[in-house]
Amino acid sequence: MNDYIYYPGCSMEGSGIAYHESLMVVKKVLGMQLHEIDDWNCCGATEYLGTSTIPAYSLIARNLALAAQQTVGNKTVMAPCSACYLNLVKADHNMAESKVLGGKVNEALAAGGLHYDPGSLTIRHLLDVFINDVGLDTIKSKVTHPLTGMRVAPYLGCMVPRPDYGHQFSDYEQPTELDDLLRALGADVIDYPLKTECCGGHMAQIGPETAYEMIRRLVSTAENRQADIMVTVCPMCQMNLDAYQPETNSFFGTNYQMPIVFFTQLMGLAFGADAKEVGFGRELVSAKKALARIGVAAPAPAASAPRSKKPQGLPMPASKFQKKAAAEMAIKEGSK
Amino acid sequence: MTVPEGMDRPKAGLRQRENLALLHEVSLATAGVSHVEMCIQCGTCGGSCPSAADMDHTPRKLFAMLRAGMEDEVLRSNTPWMCVSCYHCVVRCPQQIHIPDVMYMLKSKAIAAKLCQDSTAPDFSKTFIGMVETFGRSFEVGLAGWHYVTHYPLRLPAMAVMGFGLFTKSRMSILPKRIKGMDQLKAILDKAKTLEMSE
Repeated sequence: MNDYIYYPGCSMEGSGIAYHESLMVVKKVLGMQLHEIDDWNCCGATEYLGTSTIPAYSLIARNLALAAQQTVGNKTVMAPCSACYLNLVKADHNMAESKVLGGKVNEALAAGGLHYDPGSLTIRHLLDVFINDVGLDTIKSKVTHPLTGMRVAPYLGCMVPRPDYGHQFSDYEQPTELDDLLRALGADVIDYPLKTECCGGHMAQIGPETAYEMIRRLVSTAENRQADIMVTVCPMCQMNLDAYQPETNSFFGTNYQMPIVFFTQLMGLAFGADAKEVGFGRELVSAKKALARIGVAAPAPAASAPRSKKPQGLPMPASKFQKKAAAEMAIKEGSK
Repeated sequence: MTVPEGMDRPKAGLRQRENLALLHEVSLATAGVSHVEMCIQCGTCGGSCPSAADMDHTPRKLFAMLRAGMEDEVLRSNTPWMCVSCYHCVVRCPQQIHIPDVMYMLKSKAIAAKLCQDSTAPDFSKTFIGMVETFGRSFEVGLAGWHYVTHYPLRLPAMAVMGFGLFTKSRMSILPKRIKGMDQLKAILDKAKTLEMSE
């Protein structure tokens, strides 16, 4: 029952490589076997679905068809990326719900010699597998280096708890599973009410001002609640909050330095792995201070990126959001 | 439907349909069962939406416009493009409307009708899809590079800093990965394009 068909998704090999590295460590400790889908393709993210229907579903369903051929004693596909997970589960769900969609997608798959019967696989996210298959007791029993004293903000983002076709989580908006898992690692889990709010998704690319406001809200709430670090279950959330945090700071005239890492990285640390081995040092907003809280030294950086302090772009009149954020920052600086 | 002379609504040169054809067409073309005909105009969707403030019409209003047959206004709206697929509206909607799926459908329709008001989002999707159709995988460097050069040249300095950071931390691969079954994927997608829902 520890075998899973594994769909990594493109970001595990690129921007989310720390997720991959830490998962490889954690799965070994927990005795999980991951069988990667042979020759899987991109799930299309939200881009393909937003411009076509049958091609987008066929792209996703090729993965499902390949996975179904590759059953490993059970028929559970596990995906660590929230967007990939939702696309796979959504294709399965909608193909079953709409016979027209299911029929057309299978007609397209047949052109590549493939077929997929919706409902023949169970598609689950990594967090769900840890909570409901592995279990908190097992996870707790593997903790050798508890994260005592590290204040962690649990951030799930949208696509794992919603729409949650399989009803795997306790709540759509305030699920407690990630909190429980981090608490089992010994971390001091803060109450983080924005845990399932949006990170901005692809808005960082197509409507940056919308994204900056979402990023600011998430990061500033974590900081106001004195979190040392934020933890996520999704490569897209990590990328937006980490890589776009400097741009968000430039936009609002703020200076947030909130590190955000994958939950598997903290699991790895608690299981006694070396920080570098579980991908620490790959985050752009350094997790050094947070690691110091639990007496772990941050890995030496390969090279430091130049940091620009001046806001980029043309001088523009400050928006109401910018003014509000700058005022909040000024109050906080004053109270320090 | 006949309208007494002088009683017809002002149309301002826009195409409008005098029945529920548009609503049904959109509903049928949406993946799964959309339930969009069931909208009771409660407004929970817009009230739950993190990007509603940046939308020209809230989702509730957009669904009323669909029912009213205001095709051009609906397809010109930025609302579907502002949707971040967070599913807050979906889990709160009392009618179980597949709101993001309806938004996806409207985006496809707006592209086909060439009514998008801003090309940034459709171009980003197009670039992304181009990469996937060429390699079978997404290619972050190529995608971001092309997108920022063509749409956000002023953000390039900040992006260069970020890109350098990601590169030195081995979070960006310079070369795309190509799947083995590219011919198979191409055959599937080519066939799929001939089977599109609205056709």
